[in-house]
Amino acid sequence: MNKTVVVGMSGGVDSSVCAYLLKEQGYNVIGVTMQIWRPENASDVSDNGGCCGLSAVDDARRVAEVLDIPYYVMDFREEFQKAVIDHFAAQYVRGMTPNPCIECNRHVKWEALLKKARDIGADYLATGHYARIAMLENGRLSISASKTAAKDQTYALYALTQEQLSHTLLPIGEYEKSEVRSIAERAGLPVAHKKDSQEICFVPNGDYAAFIDKEPGVKVPPPGDFVTPSGEFIAVHKGITHYTVGQRRGLGVAAGERIYVTDIDPATNRVTLGSDENLLITEVRAEDVCWMGLEEKEALEGIRVKAKIRYNHPGETGILKAFPDGKVSVTFDKNVRGAAPGQALVFYDEEGTYIYGGGTIIK
Amino acid sequence: MIYLDNAATTKPLESVVDAMLPFLKEEYGNASAVYEIARRSKKAVFTARKECAALIGASPSDIFFTSGGSESDNWAFIGAYDHFRKSNSSAGHIITTQIEHHAILRSAEYLESLGVSVTCLKPDSDGFITPEQVAESIRPDTFLVSVMTANNEIGTIEPVREIADMVRRIRRDILIHTDAVQAYGQIDLTDIAGCVDMLSASAHKLGGPKGVGLLFIKDGVKISPFVRGGMQESGRRAGTENIPGIVGFGAAAEAAFAGIDAKIAKETELRDRFFAKIGQIPDILINGPITEGDHSKRLPGNISVCVKGIEGESALIMLDREGICASSGSACASGAREPSHVLKAIGRAADESKGSMRFTLSDRNTEEEIDTAACKLEEIVRKLRSGR
Repeated sequence: MNKTVVVGMSGGVDSSVCAYLLKEQGYNVIGVTMQIWRPENASDVSDNGGCCGLSAVDDARRVAEVLDIPYYVMDFREEFQKAVIDHFAAQYVRGMTPNPCIECNRHVKWEALLKKARDIGADYLATGHYARIAMLENGRLSISASKTAAKDQTYALYALTQEQLSHTLLPIGEYEKSEVRSIAERAGLPVAHKKDSQEICFVPNGDYAAFIDKEPGVKVPPPGDFVTPSGEFIAVHKGITHYTVGQRRGLGVAAGERIYVTDIDPATNRVTLGSDENLLITEVRAEDVCWMGLEEKEALEGIRVKAKIRYNHPGETGILKAFPDGKVSVTFDKNVRGAAPGQALVFYDEEGTYIYGGGTIIK
Repeated sequence: MIYLDNAATTKPLESVVDAMLPFLKEEYGNASAVYEIARRSKKAVFTARKECAALIGASPSDIFFTSGGSESDNWAFIGAYDHFRKSNSSAGHIITTQIEHHAILRSAEYLESLGVSVTCLKPDSDGFITPEQVAESIRPDTFLVSVMTANNEIGTIEPVREIADMVRRIRRDILIHTDAVQAYGQIDLTDIAGCVDMLSASAHKLGGPKGVGLLFIKDGVKISPFVRGGMQESGRRAGTENIPGIVGFGAAAEAAFAGIDAKIAKETELRDRFFAKIGQIPDILINGPITEGDHSKRLPGNISVCVKGIEGESALIMLDREGICASSGSACASGAREPSHVLKAIGRAADESKGSMRFTLSDRNTEEEIDTAACKLEEIVRKLRSGR
């Protein structure tokens, strides 16, 4: 009997083509859109073309009709709130800069959605990510960069387990974005020319600090001091949730040279401003580490890797070392700039192709 | 396909479709015009009004056709408020319940936004509201009491007659409305229509077409119009009549009138059969009153359960894969399940609510269908609980 796959459909071109390709390959395809928004801000999200608003559901449903596949909307509002939004707000309050896509992939898509997919009898979960799955020489599954490095989406997928990967299909990784659009056009999918979705789907206007202010139950830190690297007062800041390490714009501080946020200290509620040089570091440490293509023991003595410190970082080579307490460090060959605590440190093989693993950057 | 979602909508009856067809084709006259073809349309509306009235023992002149149950509910609330404000400087007070349909709850919220005080009564664990609860909430400025006849999710039939009597004993000038969308054509409403001021109903819940409903407004009861314009519906609801819809509604009411006792008996039997079978599933909770053989406390065709330890959403999808149509009770525009305000109001915990499922039968279902559905459900629950 043909294998069954649940395709997570956002209403965008990538996941629509994903469903199309799998159907062509002979799978029993079931389309699912995750409902993750809450009723009170549904209009905000859909008005702004975010990935999972009501209009997204309409688009996904139309694609499912064209493909003649069963289609369901599943409710993941609770999971999304807990694993993504609450975490997002809590990390900012702690002076960190979270990447919500990582949490969503890890806890909502590959935990909650995969479980529901398995519940309803599916063998696989598929998404429209630009990434591929490969088995490495050590017998472990890993995610490798897609054919098109420009749309590479491996960074936010480092936390998937071997078990999850064995039930995952990523057909879009074999194509370029332009190829995906032309496949959509040929297949007559009504979303062939839809624009790509936002970076953070639940903060469509990008004002995440205002979003956090409105989150019930979040104790938003008050304004505090901007200080120099040596601790001298410069000005008053709006509250640490407004800042990210490496940020230059929107500080509201006039200075002769270019200044950047170089440190955020939730304990003293201080934000340190410094020069570009203050941002350069050679060693980045991470906790909450997930191992993918590499086993932890293979990194105890140190191993050469290429690592990324944010999603659009091209990657820098260095030495990865795992410590007995479960944390890791990467000592880069060249300085890297602005590693923000809370972002992910994702390490690949030295060519930067296969994910070895990743973790959350700490100070 | 086994269709067990008759509270969502029903398959139109053959007699309904047959009655409607001429009015979708050659009988297209506007009932307000003077010529022959228009007179035939007018006569058809007249006949339908009589049939819809007869089903609840009302006078045809008290039946006003609308676009459906939601409009009827909105009209009752907003029309009552508008009329009240004509002679009152205060915004007044209304009483309703936590387990009403959203057409009522959102209308109440809208009135609240205009300054009206709203009391939303909490039901007991079977979904019942008591006349005493209503009586205790009445204030000098109360102008409307609205308690649904039967609940759409859990099938509880409210003591509307007793509530109305109680309200009348306290004050005679409070308007009493009941949302009977789930009950009209399912149970005998003669008694209830005789004691309330307004009653909402919808055609597609009893084998009629979608997009047509009615508001019964007792003679002498004053509420403002909601849709303004022409003089249709005695000037109380404007808009060219939906003739095919109204004719279909009349035909559905006529069929319900003729067969209601047999329908109730059959649905009650099927319901109890289904309950007995799925009662064998371990850790299954029945939502609403347990009323074997009885149809005075629970709608004859309603089965609502919470299956512990599973996601109702997954079970419904698996049932769909088997060709069985059931629901979680209420759905939002996207089609995803909504956390049920009804289950919350009767005290179900959030994780119990997640395992909720509703099966609503019609007399067109067969014993075989019921047995198949119960058997599939048992199998699916076992699968989900074992993590496949």
